[in-house]
Parts: sequence; structure tokens; C-alpha cells
Amino acid sequence: MKDQDKVLKEVTQGEYKYGFYTDIETDIIAKGLNETVIRTIWEKKKEPEFMLEFRLNAYRKWLKMKMPDWAYLKIPAIDFQEISYYAAPRKKPKYESLDEVDPELIDTFNKLGIPLEEQMHLAGVAVDAVMDSVSVKTTFKETLAEKGIIFCSFSEALQEHPDLVRKYLSMAVPVGDNYFAALNSAVFSDGSFCYIPRGVRCPMELSTYFRINAANTGQFERTLIIADEGSYVSYLEGCTAPMRDENQLHAAVVEIIALGHAEVKYSTVQNWYPGDKNGKGGIYNFVTKRGICRGKSSKISWTQVETGSAITWKYPSCILLGDNSVGEFYSVALTNNHQQADTGTKMIHIGRNTKSTIVSKGISAGVSNNSYRGLVKVMPRALNARNFSQCDSLLMGDRCGAHTFPYIEVGNKSSVVEHEATTSKIGEDQIFYCNQRGISTEDAIGMIVNGYAREVLNKLPMEFAVEAQKLLAISLEGSVG
Amino acid sequence: MMNAITDAADLSLMYLARYREAADRWMKETPPVLHRNRETAIREFLRQGIPSKKNENYKYSPLQPYFSWEYDFQHSRNHVDFQLNEVFQCDIPQLDTVLMLVMNGWFHSLNSERYELPPGVIAGSLEEIAAAHPGLVEPWYGSLAEPAEDPLVALNSAFARDGFFIYVPRGVRVEKPIQVINLQEAEHDTFVTQRNLVIVDPGAEVNLIICDHTLNANRYMVNDVTEIFVGKNARVDVCSVQNQHNRAASVHSVFFRQERDSRITSHAVTLHGGMVRNNLKALLNGENCEANLYGMAFIDRKQHVDNSLQVIHAFPNCQSNQHYKNVLDDESSGAFSGRIHVLRDAQKTNAYQRNNSLLLTDKALMQTKPQLIIEADDVKCSHGATVGQIDEDALFYLRSRGIEESRARLMLMNAFSYEVVQQIAADPLRDRISELVDKRLRGDVARCHECAYRCDC
Repeated sequence: MKDQDKVLKEVTQGEYKYGFYTDIETDIIAKGLNETVIRTIWEKKKEPEFMLEFRLNAYRKWLKMKMPDWAYLKIPAIDFQEISYYAAPRKKPKYESLDEVDPELIDTFNKLGIPLEEQMHLAGVAVDAVMDSVSVKTTFKETLAEKGIIFCSFSEALQEHPDLVRKYLSMAVPVGDNYFAALNSAVFSDGSFCYIPRGVRCPMELSTYFRINAANTGQFERTLIIADEGSYVSYLEGCTAPMRDENQLHAAVVEIIALGHAEVKYSTVQNWYPGDKNGKGGIYNFVTKRGICRGKSSKISWTQVETGSAITWKYPSCILLGDNSVGEFYSVALTNNHQQADTGTKMIHIGRNTKSTIVSKGISAGVSNNSYRGLVKVMPRALNARNFSQCDSLLMGDRCGAHTFPYIEVGNKSSVVEHEATTSKIGEDQIFYCNQRGISTEDAIGMIVNGYAREVLNKLPMEFAVEAQKLLAISLEGSVG
Repeated sequence: MMNAITDAADLSLMYLARYREAADRWMKETPPVLHRNRETAIREFLRQGIPSKKNENYKYSPLQPYFSWEYDFQHSRNHVDFQLNEVFQCDIPQLDTVLMLVMNGWFHSLNSERYELPPGVIAGSLEEIAAAHPGLVEPWYGSLAEPAEDPLVALNSAFARDGFFIYVPRGVRVEKPIQVINLQEAEHDTFVTQRNLVIVDPGAEVNLIICDHTLNANRYMVNDVTEIFVGKNARVDVCSVQNQHNRAASVHSVFFRQERDSRITSHAVTLHGGMVRNNLKALLNGENCEANLYGMAFIDRKQHVDNSLQVIHAFPNCQSNQHYKNVLDDESSGAFSGRIHVLRDAQKTNAYQRNNSLLLTDKALMQTKPQLIIEADDVKCSHGATVGQIDEDALFYLRSRGIEESRARLMLMNAFSYEVVQQIAADPLRDRISELVDKRLRGDVARCHECAYRCDC
């Protein structure tokens, strides 16, 4: 038992490996939030007229809203006037080749292990990298353009495809949906935009890397993915931030619109700085992600590996509007030290024969709290809807908490909804079994945790799965109870 | 008499006015223990207000519509001439019970002719016993039902006058069940407040059967609170059978506190009722406790049943089970909210929770919230919830053996509910409940056959 504790300690106390800060000249506006700031952002970004309306409308709604307090989280008061709402790398984007990119930036991406250069060709991944809310690099644009796929930064999309943006923006997440979505709508600076035309199967994984760099800024990015009829895309998202003593706010919005027979697979490996061992610093991650299966037989699948952030508040959801549409949610959420996570999903069944699957695996260690919160709602007209939910929690250490708050609302007789949840710790017998076969306690824990999370990790694209497995190992360095 | 009042703030102020009207009188009439918390309680009620959808605990059962009627309050004991034995018989064949009658929240009479209560057992009116033996009531009254946690508990604590009281001394086993019959019968629409207290000393044992009935078609709003203290190694069984008419709304709040090695079993059987909300909170306050909480609801038309449970594991080596089943017909709606809270250091906890619901129509609605809050690591906690319909394969199996569809459905529904019914320990009671459930599922009125009253109109 002593040995186990020691190993556990070592595992859980691994250091954050992405905590460097890059000294890049940044164009940053003064702290504070008011209508002038919003106008400034709008002007700096030279956005079309309708965006000003959109932003101000969101801001006015936000002013009337209150910070949500229903989550099982202790959120320290956030002073929204102490944050700078726009910080961009000074040298403006528009890179044609990597040579033009600030070497510091390239260095940053190399440290992150993002395969921006030739590795890209091997990996076959198109990357849009967003640093401090401004998109700095989009690769493979030409290859994608041949197929008619639009994959660019949100700002570019606003310049070049304003009609598309206007048509779909806030379709899945209305401006006043919640406190953080309203804030994001008012001040978001950049993000990614992706449009897959009718019948096109995107030949490669699309990927966005988010990085917060500057101090005292918040990151508010916006992602909009539109999959036209019969198309398919797999989209990856990763994120890191430097280690700082103060907390930083990240409030993003991701919207996915899937038309008839389209399929979107969205994978996230979230690794924002979680704060130090004593809970100092770290990112507050308040994210609204939602997809609408608008067309018949469309499918949206969310996969997330959440290991970072001091506070995570995130519920990737699916609105299953089209008949026969499918929603999926696979999640591994790991909290350690003083981290808090309240995450889960919402599956709203509106169309007939809609199906949803929820698999959530929570792992808590240290003195962290990890909650699953989910809603499965079957509207009366959603005949023959089907849901299966499984939420398991693994506890490591006697000072952490694992909580489950599912909400199930079923409004017709032909639907079947099942939910099951278990909470347990790693069995001493399991570890004993491994030890007996010559596997060290630390490796045994790693194996058991990976086995526990496998059902979800399997859903990740290859490159990501490897990264996620490593992340799980790092975040857990030292943890068996 | 039936002016609907809509504004929520005005509504709670109306209850405040009702409170002020009667408070002075209560100060004179009631024993001090009953009004020591009144002022705090009414303030708590005003602070929280009548629960709307925005109150997370009442999300699925907003109570404002039920409060918006103009009710009479019965501020004193109404002496009705009522021959318990002759007229009203919620009898259970082969099961002798000690009968207690509570009318509109006021303790009426105790009939122990058929069976004497063991020496030392005190059973009767809370108000009378609080006056006669204040030392027996004071340490317990209000120590479990916290007005700050629930506006209905606050309202009850402010208005509480009477209800039943049972005390079972150390080591005494009350062999015959004590059956409490709660009747609502008034000339006008009535708001009923009932406060009950049960104290079971270490090593004692008691069975309670609580039956709720409405005797005429007036509108009733019942708000009762029961505190049950279970001593070391004591055992308490409570079976509550709810059978009220469609115009009745009731909120029952039951609080258990268990000391080490004790065991409780609770059954909530809802057969009929316009709106029934059962709050149950069990605090496992010692090692090696066991709590078994079962429930079932069979509702139709526009009825609504909401079971809201909290089980708090405060000590190691305890075990809890929750198993609730619902059958929902027509436009009825059901809700379930179960919470297992394992506090830090309550290691070796074994907690289990299950909620299964059958929806029989497309207009029925089930909302369920099974929750786990776990702060200790060496625990085994699981919960499951299903909402669905009768298994088509099972139905086909029965039909292929020549059983007609309606009968096959009935059999399957009976089987569905029997999983919970079979947990009732006393055979005669189990048979009676099983019979009532069967009748209910057939769509017959579910009433005890020798009863002269129709409690289901």
C-alpha cells in the first residue's frame, strides 16, 4: 500500500510540459469591456456590418445575465473588466510559406510538437493554429480548395464568405444561450471556419491548435463547422497555455451544423494549464459546444479528452433534429490536484428514430472534483428515440470527489432511454495481479487507467490517441489509492 | 372561493398573512417546543418562496399552481364524531394493526382495542404529548427537518400544530404494525399542515403503515413533515400508501436519522393522487447502517408523482438501496430525483440506486435525475435509470402461448412492479398491496374492498 501511495504521488505530481511562454510582440488592447471595446475589436478586424450588430446584441444580452452557479464548482469571482479582450501576434497573419512566420512562433509550435512543417505531409493533417485568439497559420489550404473545402480562420471567412457565416452563425448556439456564450459572441476575436461542400469526404483530418500566450488576456475563439449534405469531416482541436500564477479565462463557442446524411467527428484534447499543485493559476475553461443534426440521417460525434484547466465547464451537445440522426459523446475527464471539472453533454431528441450514445469516464485524483452532468431529452414527437448512457468514475485517493448528475426526460412511449453509472477505485486485486506478473505498480496503474479509458480513446483519430494516452500518463504521474 | 392568484411574490405574502393571523393564538395555545422555530421558519419560507421551475429541487414539480387557490386553514382541532372501527376500514386481512386516525392534519383518535401497545410505548397527538411530556419532544423536534433546505419544510415548521407522535422505548418490539390513516375531509378547499415525530430508542423495533386518503371532492393541499429518529441497532419499517383524488396535492417530507447498526425500510406506494411529491432524506449517522428505500407509482390522467430522495452516507461500512418504479398512463407525468451523497471518510460504502419507468402512452412524461456525489474513494456506488416500454419480445412470447394482448400486458406490468412489491416484508401487507396494484393496473378503483368510503373519486 505504501509503495502504491508513493507511486501514486509521483504519477499525480507530474509537471505541466507546455508551460513555456513565447516572447512575441503582441498587439493588445486595454483591459475592460464596454461597447467601445467591442467596436474596437470589430474595427480592428474590419468585419462586415452585420457583425457589429451581432456583437452589440450579444453584449447587451450578456449585461442582463448572471454568472451561472448551478455547476458543482467553486468558481472564484471573475472580474471581467480586468481582462484584455484582444491580443494578437503583432506581425499580422497572411503567411504564404513557413519562412515568413515569426521564428519564435515556429519554435512555439515545435515545442508543442505540432507537426506544422513537412511532418504535415506525412501526417496528412491540415492545421489552423490560433494563438491568443488570432489564427496564425493554416496549412494545406490549396489541397483542400481543390475539393471545394473552405478551411480558414474565422476572420478570413468573414471577409471572403460573409454570406455563409451569416447564414449559419449562432444557429446552434444562440447569442443569448448562456452567460459565456453571450460573452464570446460579443468579443470573440478569431477561430476556425470550415465548410465541407455537398457530397465531399474531406481527405484529411482538419485540426486547430489553440494557444494562449499573452498575460492578462482571455481567449475567446469561435469555431463554426458546416457539413453540407452527404459530406464527412473529422476535426481535431488541441489547446495549451503557459504556466502563470494568475488565472486566465477561456470562453469558446463551437458550432457544428450537419445537413442531411452528413457526418462530423469532432475530437478535442484539452490540455490548458491546470494550475500548480496548490491550485494556484490555471485556465478557467468555460466552453459552449453544440451541434445540430439538421438533416435526415446526419451524425455528430464528440470525443474529448479533458486533462487540463483549473476549472472546466463544458457540455458538448447534440440537437437531433433530423429523422434518423445520431449523436455521440465520448469523454475522458481527468482531474488532479485542485482541478475542478463539471462536464457532460446534452442530447436533445427531436426527430424520429434518433439515436444517441454517451460514454463518460471520469478519473479524479488529488483533491480534485470531477462531475458528469448530462441531459437526455426526448421530445414527444421523437418517436422511437434511443439513448444509452454510461458514466463511470474512478477515484484515486481519499480526498477527491466524483459526482454524477444525469437528467433524463422522456416524453413518449416508444422511446427507450437507459442510464447507468458506477463509481469505484482501482482494485487492490487488480494491482496485485499485475505485480504478481512482474509489472510495477506504476505501470499497472497506467495500464488500468488506459484500459478504463480505452472505450473513449479508441474513438480518437490515431495521432490524437497517442497524444491522449501520453497525456493521461503525465497527468496521473504517481496516482493509486 | 376559487380565485386563482397568480403572482408568486403575492402568493408567499398571502401565506405570511395567514401566519400572522394565527401566530399570536399559537403562542398561547401550543406547547413552547412547537413554536420555538416558527419565526425563523416563516422567514426562511419567504426567502425561498414557493418553489417554481427555477428551484432546482422542484424543477419537475413547480408548486405555484397548487398554492394559488384560496384555501381554508384549520387552526384548531375539529371534533368530528367518527367511529373508526365501524365506518372506515382500511383493513388488511390477516394483519391486525393498531389504528391511528389523523384528520386534516389533526390527530383524532387511537384505537388500540384489538391490540394493546407494549408498556412504555407512547402514541398519540404531537401537540398533546409535547404539552404533557415536553422532555420527550424537545431534544428531537425540528432537529432534522431544516427550514433552510426546503421552503415546504419551512412552511410546515411555521404552521405546525399537530400530527402523530410515536415513541418506542429501548429494546421494545412493537409486534403489530401501527397504521396511521390520514384523512382529508373538510367543507371547503383546505390547506393541511401536519407534523409527525417518531422516536425509536436503541434496540427497538416498529412497523408503520401510513395511508393517505381524501374523503370528498374538495381541493386539498397537504404539506406534512415527519421526523424519524432511529436509535442504535433499532429497526423501523415504514410503508406509505397514497390514495388521494385528482384535486388533491400533497408534499410529504420524511426525514430519517439512523444511528449505528440500525436498519430502515421505506416503501412509498402511490396509487392515485393529483400531485404527489415525496421528499425523503436518510442520514446514515453511524457505522454499519442499512437503508432500503423502495417506491412505486401508478398514475394516469393528468396526475403527477415526484419522488425526491437523498441518502447521506456520513459513516463507513453502511449500505443503502433505492429502487423506484413508475407506470405512467394517459397524460400523467412522473419525476424521480435520487441523490447518494458519500461524505469524506465514509469508506466501504455500498450504495445502489435504480429507477425504472414504463410509459404507456405518447403523452406521458418521465423525468429522472439519478445523482451521485462521492467524496470517499473506497466505495461501491452505482445507479441506473431506464425509461421505456413493455418489452415487445416478452409480449410476443406470452401471445404466442395464447394469452390475449391486454392480459399479457397486464401480466408484464404486474411483473414489472412486483420487483418492488416483493420487498415488503409482512406477507399480508404485501398481498394487499399486490392486490391493490393489480386492481390499479386493471383500471379499477384501487380501494380496500370493505371500505365504506370512496377515496378515489
